[in-house]
Amino acid sequence: MGELTGNSALRTETLDAGEGAGFATTRLKDLLSWAQKYSLFMYPFVTACCGMEFMSVSGPRFDFSRFGAEAPRFSPRQSDLLWVVGTITQKQAPILRRIYEQMMEPKYVLGFGTCASCGGFYDNYACVAGIDKIIPCDVYIPGCPPRPEGVLDGLMLLQDKIQRGDRTPGIVKPRRDPASDQNMGVVTLRRNKEAAP
Amino acid sequence: MAQHLVDLVRQTFPAVVLSSHAQHGDETVVLAPSAWLEVHRFLKTDPRVQMDMLADLTAVDYPDREPRFEVVSHLHSLSLGHRLRLKAAVGDSEGEVVEIATLTGLWASANWLERECFDMFGVKFVGHPDLRRILLYPEFDGHPLRKDYPANKIQPLIPFRDVDNIEKVAPFGVDEGMSFGRQTHDRWGKPDETN
Repeated sequence: MGELTGNSALRTETLDAGEGAGFATTRLKDLLSWAQKYSLFMYPFVTACCGMEFMSVSGPRFDFSRFGAEAPRFSPRQSDLLWVVGTITQKQAPILRRIYEQMMEPKYVLGFGTCASCGGFYDNYACVAGIDKIIPCDVYIPGCPPRPEGVLDGLMLLQDKIQRGDRTPGIVKPRRDPASDQNMGVVTLRRNKEAAP
Repeated sequence: MAQHLVDLVRQTFPAVVLSSHAQHGDETVVLAPSAWLEVHRFLKTDPRVQMDMLADLTAVDYPDREPRFEVVSHLHSLSLGHRLRLKAAVGDSEGEVVEIATLTGLWASANWLERECFDMFGVKFVGHPDLRRILLYPEFDGHPLRKDYPANKIQPLIPFRDVDNIEKVAPFGVDEGMSFGRQTHDRWGKPDETN
């Protein structure tokens, strides 16, 4: 990690006010952020249909373990990333709040799907319109359910934010704009009529 | 398709059947609520009928009618393959006394179906072993699928976070995000209404 010269890097770990970010402390912070972002222990708080998509993202095709976020820890005490997957009802809200409060800092929250991000198509007496009404959320992944590629984009966005130390919430947008990219979505089902058996 | 069932019910319980109708295979019998359990028991146990599955149990709110609610049950026979719908009108116009017999003694699935009916409409099933709310939290006030429950009313169980601009969180601007969602705009109906 660059020019860490012996012990001086470790001694300058505490930042006093006014001293700002010396070179060694910045590098140390980068190192810690790098380690943090590639070792996220997640708590999959799965309530509804997005859980199916979560399972497929964790499967071998759209693997998220290659991003380091492999280990699901079903305990808030042992995890630092809370994946809120699925609809949160009013009855479930205090439970989600409690789970979030039991996690230790630094902790991140990922809102998987539209129900967790903004309430989805539910606009009623039973559902909470987005988890950010209850807990702060770092990344919103829209979709009903989101494409696995979208989920991985969300995870990478979160990792980017962890690296930069950026806590402003972000939303996953499609990589290509369907309005401008006219070829998107055209699928050739059969190459040649002659080639078909 | 199941007209013979309607005829059988009329024959066996002539005094109780108030009306019946059918259209494209959905035979329906409207009963007096006092015979709700009797007729269901007959339909389940009689060998010509054998309704071994309670497919659905719900209610409809007609605020202009007296009685106000209509409890609807859908029965299905897995062995003989026919279906029947039964209805019974219960309840007073305020929705205070809405009672009908429970079907949990006949079908175990009636347990949760009746709990949902109670949660959404306030229909009390006499004899139900555990009649409490199923989707909403127990302290919820009112029954949401009644026609006089305000459509916009939300009762949060825990207070929402005290954050500026909670309806629109960065990076959503005023022009982005859900501009059509009721929950982001008139959350409690009118801004000055206390809830």
